[in-house]
Order: sequence, then C-alpha cells, then structure tokens
Amino acid sequence: MTPTNKPHWDITGISKWDYTDPPRGALIPTGGNAGVYQTGTWRAERPIWDEEKCTDCMICWNYCPDASILVTDEKMKGIDFFHCKGCGICAVECPFDALKMVPEHSSEGEAKNA
Amino acid sequence: MPKTVLKEVKNTPKAQQTAAALTGNSAVAMALKQADPDVVSAYPITPQTTIVEELAAYAARDHLKGKFVNVESEHSAMSSAIGAAAAGARSVTATSSQGLALMWEMLYIAAGLRLPIIMPMANRALSAPINIHGDHSDAMGARDTGWIQLFSEDAQEAYDNTLMSFRVAEHKDVKLPCIVNLDGFIISHAIARLDIMSDDDAGAFIGESSPTYGMLTDDHVETVGAFDGLGGFYFEFKRQQDEALQKAKEVLLDVSNEFAALTGRSYGLFEEYMLEDAETAIVVMSSAGGTTRVAVDKLRAEGKKVGMLKLRMFRPFPADEIAAAIGHCKAVAILDRSHGLAGTGGPMGDEVKAAMYHLDDRPECLNYVYGLGGRDVTVENIESVYSDLDSLDSATNSNTGFRYLNIRD
Repeated sequence: MTPTNKPHWDITGISKWDYTDPPRGALIPTGGNAGVYQTGTWRAERPIWDEEKCTDCMICWNYCPDASILVTDEKMKGIDFFHCKGCGICAVECPFDALKMVPEHSSEGEAKNA
Repeated sequence: MPKTVLKEVKNTPKAQQTAAALTGNSAVAMALKQADPDVVSAYPITPQTTIVEELAAYAARDHLKGKFVNVESEHSAMSSAIGAAAAGARSVTATSSQGLALMWEMLYIAAGLRLPIIMPMANRALSAPINIHGDHSDAMGARDTGWIQLFSEDAQEAYDNTLMSFRVAEHKDVKLPCIVNLDGFIISHAIARLDIMSDDDAGAFIGESSPTYGMLTDDHVETVGAFDGLGGFYFEFKRQQDEALQKAKEVLLDVSNEFAALTGRSYGLFEEYMLEDAETAIVVMSSAGGTTRVAVDKLRAEGKKVGMLKLRMFRPFPADEIAAAIGHCKAVAILDRSHGLAGTGGPMGDEVKAAMYHLDDRPECLNYVYGLGGRDVTVENIESVYSDLDSLDSATNSNTGFRYLNIRD
C-alpha cells in the first residue's frame, strides 16, 4: 500500500491503523476538529461557579483561552468541562468572586456544574 | 533493484535547445525560472548569491511570475518556503554552507511534512576557520535530514539536475524536498558552454505542480504540523518517509529516461566510466569526476584497467547498485570532499564500504579526504590514488583507515 491522503478526517478504527494509513506528512485534512478533542481530562483543579454572585459581566468569557465559558443570550450558563483545562484564569479575573478553583477530585460544585 | 545507468539513447533530441555560455549559478537560475515557481524565498550567501540575484532580476523584469520574498535569514527562507509549499505553492530557495546550517531544524520539517521544495546549493566549506570555497561539508551535514540530494559535475549537469529535480520531488509517490548540489566557485562561478532548453520545452517537461495536500483556500482548510505524541504515529511517519525516499531512485531513472529522449543527455543514479573490466576504481562526486575521467583516460592509454563511479544521487544512497557496479574490482578508492571528523574518514567512504559488506569477495578499500576549503585536486593527485590502489597490500590495508590527498604533510 502506498500512503495516501484521505479526503476527509475519518479516524474510524485508528487503533488498527498500520503505517500506511495516517495521511502523508502528518496532515489533518480538515479544520475545526479541536472541538472533538477532550482536553478536560488535563485538569488538576476545576472552577466552581457561584450563580448568586455572578453579574454576567463576561470578563471570564473574554479571558478564557479555551472558549469554555458557556453563554446564552449574554447570560453566563456554566462551564464546558469537556474542554476546560482548569487553568484558573477565570477565577483570577472575576471581579465578583463568582468563580473559585477547587481540586479536581473535590466533590464541591459537582452537582451544579456537571 | 533499479537499473543504475541508462542505455545510450538513440532518439533524435526533441527539445529545442540553444548553446549558451553561462556560470553554473546562471544555469541553475535559468532552470529555476523555467520551472515557473510560485514562490522564491531567498537570502544571499556566497557562493550561491548570484542564483537568487538572477531570480530577483527575472522577477523585476516580469520574466518570473511567482512571488519573490526577501527574508531576513536562511532560517526564514526555508520557513517561508515551507509555509508556501504547505499552502500548495511550488517553492524554491537556494543556499550554501552556513546558510544551510542556519536552516537546520527547518530542513527536517520540510521533509517530514513531505513538501517538495527545490533548493540548489553551491557547496562551500563550513566555518571555522571561515572559508568561502568549495567542499561538501554543507551537503554531508544534511545527509540524514530526509532530503533527496543530487550532485552535479558541471554547469550542464547542474542545469539538468535542477530541471529534473522538480519531477522527482513532486512525484506523487515521493513528495520530498531536493537539494541540487554544485561545487562552489568551480561550477557556480566558472563560465561553461552548455545546452539550454527553450522556456516552453523546459516548462512542458516539468509540468504543472500538484500540491502535496491541495491548495489552501477559504473552503479548504487543513492542519499542518500538528503534535503527534506518544500514542501517535511519529514512528510510522518516518517509515513512510523512508519508503518515499527510496522510491525516488526509480522515479529519478524514469525522469532521466524521459529527459534523455528529449535532450540526448543521459543520466543514471551514477555514471559508470570504464568500470566493466576495471581492476581498480575511484568513487567520487561532482567536479572532481571530470578530473578523474581525464586521469582514467590517461591511464587507460597506458593499458591500465582503471575506472570511475561518479555518484549523482547521494540521497537516497544507492548502496546495492554501487556494490553491484564496483564489487568486482580488486581495490576501490572512495574520495570524500568533506571530513567526517568521526575518526574514520569521510561519510561517503563509510557508506560505500558498508554497501559492500555483504559481498563474499569484497574489494580492498581506501578512503581519501580531499579538496577541503577549495583545495585543488589535480589529475596528478588522482593518478597517485590509482597508483596507491595498485600497490595496495591486502594484508596490511585496514578498512578503517583513511588518507589525505594533496595535504601539506
């Protein structure tokens, strides 16, 4: 088999790929696939959101490097834990103490943010 | 195993050709222009400078339609060539010596991303001490970067190799960058008579480029150069790369065959000169091949059975083909225009000797380091090598040994 470029990013059966299967030159032949990559497993700490203190000022949304602050109609709705890496920038920047970091394995806040 | 040398081509040349008197660099610049590159990214360095100077002049007169990018270093020259090639452009640059050294990390990236960038290199010694003259230290340092490497004996070969390099590098089963080597000053700056093809014929021979991935457009996006860690396919990609590199041998022969039919000039992976019945032979590359040919003619006239293998394709290294071509000799000398500084002589010596290891009846081998920093190599020097081979005592020759040619000792 000759290595070929697949027209679409189809990684079905990737665990069984042999050396000819990955697209030549380590290409990822589509854009916008960061969305399907789970970076939430990298967290050592998780942000806890206090809805009572939140004023929907959008500072956390602005600062979040991973677009993990969920917002609908200009209202803060929670945190995208599939992608949130737990960097803590939101908790540092929040002027209203509406976000704080707790250890990832703490039970605090799980019910509200899950 | 591909054939090593092409048969004599009887066809009438079909391309329209003109005799011209050009320096090696002008000839190479002409070939690059005829390839109609989309992007030229260039930085000057002696002795390559006049290649990109002439390309700049072509661009200024609108004879070169592509984008000419002035960059601030060779690292940037290679980086912008990589970016352009990844976006689908036919990209070229040129360099020498320290310039290549500064491109270092990007050389591996160009090859790893499978981008068929063409880079003529006017070979020059590496500092220190600073020296601008011709030797192969630069090319030999890049020998394991994954680039195809061709070497040229004169301006004609430099021109021909540059034209053919596009076809090899861009071939769908290869897709690898290629360095076209020409000896600094000896070839790059000496004016020689050569035949050049018309722009139309050269352009038709090279053809349109087919981008490695596809042209990057608003509708077609892709990720190039993503992380590929422990759980990934890094190892597998290196195997893909090596198989593609090996494929370049066969492709070069096919392309050379087509080129021969077009121009009457025939090339293989290497030239076998008077090798068939040779008892002793020299393995050499580039301009010293011409000097060696003169010595062979002289010694043959005296009835001595001497021959030469002049290597054209150094990467991929045609090990089996070389062993088949010189394995029958009693003794072989490998001439390296660079010093391996490994304590074992030059890199070509190591590789040619390794290529013959599996033979039951191996020739005795001598490895010579010659011509460093542009030191001249004369017909008399070459004759002395054949004389050394004649008097070689197989009982005392050590295969790990090496000698110097024309050094003050």
